[in-house]
Amino acid sequence: MESQVTIPVPRLIDVEGLGALFEVLVAVGYHVIGPTVQDGAIVLAELSSAAELPFGWGVSLEPAGYRLRQRGDTAAFGHAAGPQSWKRFLHPPRERLWSADRSQDGFTVSTEDSEPPRYAFLGVRPCDLRAIALQDRVLAKPGSRYTDRRDGVFIIAVNCTEPGGTCFCVSMGAGPGAGPGFDLALTELTGDQGHRFLVDISSEEGAEVLGRIDSEPADEHTLEQARSAVETAGDHMGRHLDTTGLRDLLAGSHDAAHWDDVAERCLTCGNCTMACPTCFCTGVEDTTDLTGDHAERWEHWDSCFDVDFSYLHGGSVRTSPRSRYRQWLTHKLGSWQDQFGSSGCVGCGRCIVWCPAGIDLTEEVRALHAEHEADAGPGRDWS
Amino acid sequence: MSTDFPAWRQRLTAVPPPPPMLPARYVVAGRRPETDDTVTLMLRPAGEPIALPRPGQFTMLYTFGVGEVPVSVSGSGDAGGQVLVQTIRAVGAVTRALCAARPGDMLGVRGPFGTDWQVSQARGQDLLVVAGGIGLAPLRPVLLAALAQRNQYRRIVLLAGARTPADLVFARELRIWQQRGADVRVTVDHGDSSWPGRTGLVTGLIADALDDPTATAAFVCGPEIMMRLSAQALADAGVAATRIRVSLERNMHCGTALCGHCQLGPLLLCRDGPVVSYADAAPLVTRKEL
Repeated sequence: MESQVTIPVPRLIDVEGLGALFEVLVAVGYHVIGPTVQDGAIVLAELSSAAELPFGWGVSLEPAGYRLRQRGDTAAFGHAAGPQSWKRFLHPPRERLWSADRSQDGFTVSTEDSEPPRYAFLGVRPCDLRAIALQDRVLAKPGSRYTDRRDGVFIIAVNCTEPGGTCFCVSMGAGPGAGPGFDLALTELTGDQGHRFLVDISSEEGAEVLGRIDSEPADEHTLEQARSAVETAGDHMGRHLDTTGLRDLLAGSHDAAHWDDVAERCLTCGNCTMACPTCFCTGVEDTTDLTGDHAERWEHWDSCFDVDFSYLHGGSVRTSPRSRYRQWLTHKLGSWQDQFGSSGCVGCGRCIVWCPAGIDLTEEVRALHAEHEADAGPGRDWS
Repeated sequence: MSTDFPAWRQRLTAVPPPPPMLPARYVVAGRRPETDDTVTLMLRPAGEPIALPRPGQFTMLYTFGVGEVPVSVSGSGDAGGQVLVQTIRAVGAVTRALCAARPGDMLGVRGPFGTDWQVSQARGQDLLVVAGGIGLAPLRPVLLAALAQRNQYRRIVLLAGARTPADLVFARELRIWQQRGADVRVTVDHGDSSWPGRTGLVTGLIADALDDPTATAAFVCGPEIMMRLSAQALADAGVAATRIRVSLERNMHCGTALCGHCQLGPLLLCRDGPVVSYADAAPLVTRKEL
């Protein structure tokens, strides 16, 4: 018989409580990473206090457009996905794998056995929580560096009550409420009754941390208010992606004319792959110092938009922009399902916002669907 | 109050295997030039050896300070399988450095990675090997394994093609294999006046070499276009696509299905390949820039 799972009753804290929660995380030894305003954007960085959270800031999102805007309230988490994602910390952009030194018999290889930092992620949006789970499926091999870092992470998610203009997490089943995988999840409320956070608890560690600060049990009314704010957010997605038969659509669209249309706009800059919270591809780079006696191997984020990505002796496999955009989209939405059992997209909209040409994958998928249907046979409808 | 939580936190923790990104140190124990640009190296472990490769698997070979490339294992010979045989053609900076390695030099080896030829699926049947150029290197372990158990197979046929007689790899071994009971047929694209043998593409030898297509397992390696044409010729002649195996190449970096470089459609070739059945490969290798 399965054991009965009892989830504790959600609690309520106010802004001071959020500050106290932050202090507890620091006291327990976590490096707290969270959103903060820097260089005209809301970035993820190590924070020294909750005061550094972007209180009162929101964002306006559109294809190729990201602007901070002053909110009418003091919400700390009233913003959608920013330019960075948590992969920056779990799957760093550059990492040394090992170093080698010339020796009498040839060379020796050594690694650093440094303990990974213990991170607390404060303010993980539901789409990004799903993105972390997707990267887990790809990268969390037993004993890997990713797993070492990932295992110790304390996650405070934030349910989404205000999606941005490029958001479509509902289409991807990744939001607006946080799925499994958090220790604590906040729902931010800024109504008449003051600035408060409903806190859901989903782990021993979460309960332990929350137990160290003052909180009160959530009353029915507040609970209802919070749940309904999240539910309503689902009706306000800026974008929609039709996921029906997506895997087969992409597998069957290799020769679609629409790829040429995208290729005319795509600069193959790779921004979408850098901003994407699930894109995981890396390259390795071997270096030596000037003496030639010391060599290192570095791993760095790589992008399928780079011509060298598919390099074989004699030339690259995917040289045309058409083939490189097709590879990215087909992998993200299609063959990812073959490889890892789910779509690789969480609907955060970053690739739309940070594409300098404003390419919108939801539009591209719509066009592919349309081309497929138009090619499907005699039943053309010109009305 | 005792509270139960979903067990998501325990999911990741497990006993770590040896780190697959760390190269094992090997020393060049022997070096045999095959052609102008191709060299076979015999490598002996200087420390902990890698696991014994199965025929068709590949390793990542590292030369100090230069870099690392994927190379199919062309034999794992004596000394209890500890000697690793790798045949390398100089086509870039790393492979040039590997070809220039001399006995006593140290190299790094990671692996073995990927799928194997599944030689045993040819047991009791005709075993047909079709090789183009250095494509014979990953197939050498197939021939060695089959010839070591000669009576387990009916005919063992090798069709080997090269651009010119001087580009033939393992030229000295071809005769030995013939003596040990393989039917070895060689062709070159361009012969010279001293070449007594066949000229033409290796695909041209296939029809004649097949005796009983429905009881034949075929193993094909060479340039991608040669594999495609050979596998198609075999399929057209009646060999089931699932019993034709080809060895595909993409840009392998990590060998552990983590870096994404070697994708071919749904396959991550360092894990799902390099050796795949033609039934799986056919829809992928016939698409441009996939």
